[in-house]
Amino acid sequence: MSSTMNPPRDSVSSIGSLVVRFAGDSGDGMQVTGDQFTAASALFGNDLATFPSYPAEIRAPAGTLAGVSAFQVHIADHDILTPGDAPTVLIAMNPAALRANVEDVVTGGSIIVNSDAFDERAVAKAGYVSDPLRDGSLAQFRVYEVPMTTLTVEACKPIGAKPRDAERSKNFFALGLVSWLYHHALEPTIEFVERRYAARPLVVQANTLALRAGWNFGETAELFESSYEIPPTTLEPGTYTNVTGNTALAWGLIAGAHQAGLSLFLGSYPITPASDILHELAKQKHFGIRTLQAEDEIAGVGAALGASFGGALGVTTTSGPGIDLKSETIGLAVSLELPLVIVDVQRGGPSTGLPTKTEQGDLLHAMYGRHGEAPVPIVAASTPSHCFAAAIEAVRIAVTYRTPVYLLSDGYLANGAEPWRLPDVATLPTIDPAFRREPNHTAPDGTPEFWPYLRDDETLARPWAIPGTPGLEHRIGGIEKQDGSGDVSYDPGNHALMVRLRAERIAGIARTIPPLELDDPGAATGSRARLLVLGWGSTYGAIAAAVRRSRARGLEVARAHLVHLNPFPSNLGEVLAEYDTVLVPETNLGQLVKLVRAAFLVDAIGLNKVEGRPFRVSEVEQAIVDLLAPLTASKEAIA
Amino acid sequence: MTTTDATTATGDTPVALTTRKDWASDQEVRWCPGCGDYSILAAVQLLLPELGVARENTVFVSGIGCAARFPYYMSTYGMHSIHGRAPAIATGLAISRPDLDVWVVSGDGDALSIGGNHLIHALRRNVDITILMFNNQIYGLTKGQYSPTSEHGKVTKSTPFGSLDTPFNPLSVAIGAEASFVARTHDMDRKHMMATLRRAHDHKGAAFVEILQNCNVFNDGAFEAITGKANREQMLVPLEHGEPIRFGPDGSKGVVLGADAQLRIEDVDAAGVDALLVHDEQRSDPSLAFMLSRLARGPFEPTPIGVFRAVERPAYGQLVDEQIAQVRERKGPGDLEALLRSATTWTVG
Ligand code: SF4
Repeated sequence: MSSTMNPPRDSVSSIGSLVVRFAGDSGDGMQVTGDQFTAASALFGNDLATFPSYPAEIRAPAGTLAGVSAFQVHIADHDILTPGDAPTVLIAMNPAALRANVEDVVTGGSIIVNSDAFDERAVAKAGYVSDPLRDGSLAQFRVYEVPMTTLTVEACKPIGAKPRDAERSKNFFALGLVSWLYHHALEPTIEFVERRYAARPLVVQANTLALRAGWNFGETAELFESSYEIPPTTLEPGTYTNVTGNTALAWGLIAGAHQAGLSLFLGSYPITPASDILHELAKQKHFGIRTLQAEDEIAGVGAALGASFGGALGVTTTSGPGIDLKSETIGLAVSLELPLVIVDVQRGGPSTGLPTKTEQGDLLHAMYGRHGEAPVPIVAASTPSHCFAAAIEAVRIAVTYRTPVYLLSDGYLANGAEPWRLPDVATLPTIDPAFRREPNHTAPDGTPEFWPYLRDDETLARPWAIPGTPGLEHRIGGIEKQDGSGDVSYDPGNHALMVRLRAERIAGIARTIPPLELDDPGAATGSRARLLVLGWGSTYGAIAAAVRRSRARGLEVARAHLVHLNPFPSNLGEVLAEYDTVLVPETNLGQLVKLVRAAFLVDAIGLNKVEGRPFRVSEVEQAIVDLLAPLTASKEAIA
Repeated sequence: MTTTDATTATGDTPVALTTRKDWASDQEVRWCPGCGDYSILAAVQLLLPELGVARENTVFVSGIGCAARFPYYMSTYGMHSIHGRAPAIATGLAISRPDLDVWVVSGDGDALSIGGNHLIHALRRNVDITILMFNNQIYGLTKGQYSPTSEHGKVTKSTPFGSLDTPFNPLSVAIGAEASFVARTHDMDRKHMMATLRRAHDHKGAAFVEILQNCNVFNDGAFEAITGKANREQMLVPLEHGEPIRFGPDGSKGVVLGADAQLRIEDVDAAGVDALLVHDEQRSDPSLAFMLSRLARGPFEPTPIGVFRAVERPAYGQLVDEQIAQVRERKGPGDLEALLRSATTWTVG
């Protein structure tokens, strides 16, 4: 890449991809460092995917394993699907960061440590019995010891920064060094530093000096055999931005409301890892968005439902524990038949569980977690950028069918980032709220009247008539109501009818859902694979990459990914029936697998992981290989 | 961006004259015969035609309980929601539709037990809603368990040996929750109810009205000692803004603020008119209103009724809209295209 700052290199190797993990204390600024490295890679034109991981405690004790915060980024010259299974480079700012992450580093990988942080106390605090830099335990890695603290303090001397303050810039030293190693220009980071710390000129200076010192160290120290360049990816033409799942989701909600011509109302209560959606929407007030940080989760969803009654698009955002609390109100929304979007950014459970870690544990809750027969449509995002389209789809269903809709994301999508080719706003679907303005029924005496539960023949959706509309005054509630008139009714036959109508209405949404897309290269030529890998949500990247790798090994495997979990796309049953074996990887103990087994009587097999971490590509790949071995063997035997 | 606010506010259109009949729905009222709720319903249906508001712009939101059936009997927009949540639901509605008249109808169990959190937060935020809390000191709909306002030692089905809880004083709760309007009235006096509810309706922001209501099935006569026709004059202390607080035959008794900072009831003849506390509902400091709310330890001692507190504070929804306007002024209206490009972008091809 061309940069005024890049002097010619002695030795430059071109590599196809790189997985870097920055690890340090949660106070060391690893997330900022990772973010900046990502931003520079994106600007250079690499494809990338990121995976931040941080402790639940804001400031866990310094130097301990519990306090380690890490940020992994996978950058490549080709399109990639995951943040990478294992780092090829680990930057460890202290012994705890080394110990917490070294296990993941690929054999032969590089480890750059801040050697200043490896004093006896720190080594012991991290739980090492002997200094790992000295005891030979890192023999299978290339270890680079860099006294980052000393060099940073030294670099900041000219501006008179006290050592204690200067030290804080050591993450920028690390970033400067890694930037040299991988040919990233420093300018974007310097611009970022100037913006972010504008109010504190000394910090700007210190960070900039540290950054340059890191770069220069790489250039002059002759510690590294080579520097590396990852050529730009050939991405589809278009304008790109780097986006996290939470940001894309917030933007999708804005776009959905915009496309429906509705004002957006968010009732929410802060909760990890969903809060960033509230933060993002609160920033966008000029779109006319009203955000309410409610007194609790219940009030958040209640206020959203109240806003929907008034003709706004009511949305609530939360994670596991919040979902438990909102369930009663979601049941009310089912009964009231009003639009409502419930965003669940799933995290490890049960209870408080793993607040900052990912899990797909709430699918069955979204599906069944209400008393009574209370069906709710479910849409799940597959990748960080897909959160945008998934949010618009959730809005479409909610508004068109007058129903609460679950939009499932998870911690991995929420904080992970990837380049996103921006859609053409003009091509986004329009959504018609079709507010009822006129009476829809005639009383026996001939007077026109409004029946709130007189349904649309096609969608079975009820009319949405909002306060302020003269002549359509009506009362709705959680008590069972008479079909049509909406009057309170305890009639047994009517209840049976209403339960079935609500179920039919939700099932009928399938008519507007595109058929499940099948990725099976052999299908067109009549030689289908015998194994189908079926996924939903954030397992998308790992499954797609694993299938790609399996095919590269010569294995025949098909793949499909569900965005709609309720109702399913109408062709799902047919697709499943085509395969001898269906593998369903999920980061839970098997939830989708239960749903498809129950719905289609297929003997689907689960691949399950519940470590608070996403699948590694290799884990899914291994499962495919294991399943295909006997299948292939029998095929060969027949042949 | 052209977000159409889902608003059909009547604006300057004059509101057609209505009568009580226009505000009653076609649903059969199903409270127990003799229930105090009937007289409250009548007072509201008689008051609304006088307020010059339109049916289509009026919404009643309720939770669960006997009182919560109220919206079904009004020919307005209405929602009978879930237990305790009406203030939260009404908050979302009132914030997003400042053009509406939003009423919340609740009971002592609904508002102070299961929904206590929502009540206090709606009050502190000063959401533009009118909250009517029917206090009958009992759970009616679930057939007679003690409520958070039941007196200590209450014998009910769930407390056969007497309740052990200290009851809430609803007005003290409201005042403590920063309510800008707090009043009390009772189901035996339609005129007083209508006057009080009118004040509550006209108040900008959250208005809280405790309505002492007789549940003749499960807690009959709970307020008889103070609201009974024969007892009222002796036992109800009407609060009038700017007037000395006095009651009893010919105003023979009055409320005095002692040097020990305690409110006391004294004979006016002995204390002198000048010694009486002059009621100031607009006092920004809520301490006196709080003390007045605790003048009676229960409905067996002289009990103030009327408006305790009415101070001006911007309504929450108004602040929300002002903030949106300010941000719009600074950033211009929202532009989806620009939003998607608000972070660093790069172009390929
Ligand atoms: S139970 Fe009591 S409060 Fe409920 S309707 Fe009957 S009398 Fe009224």
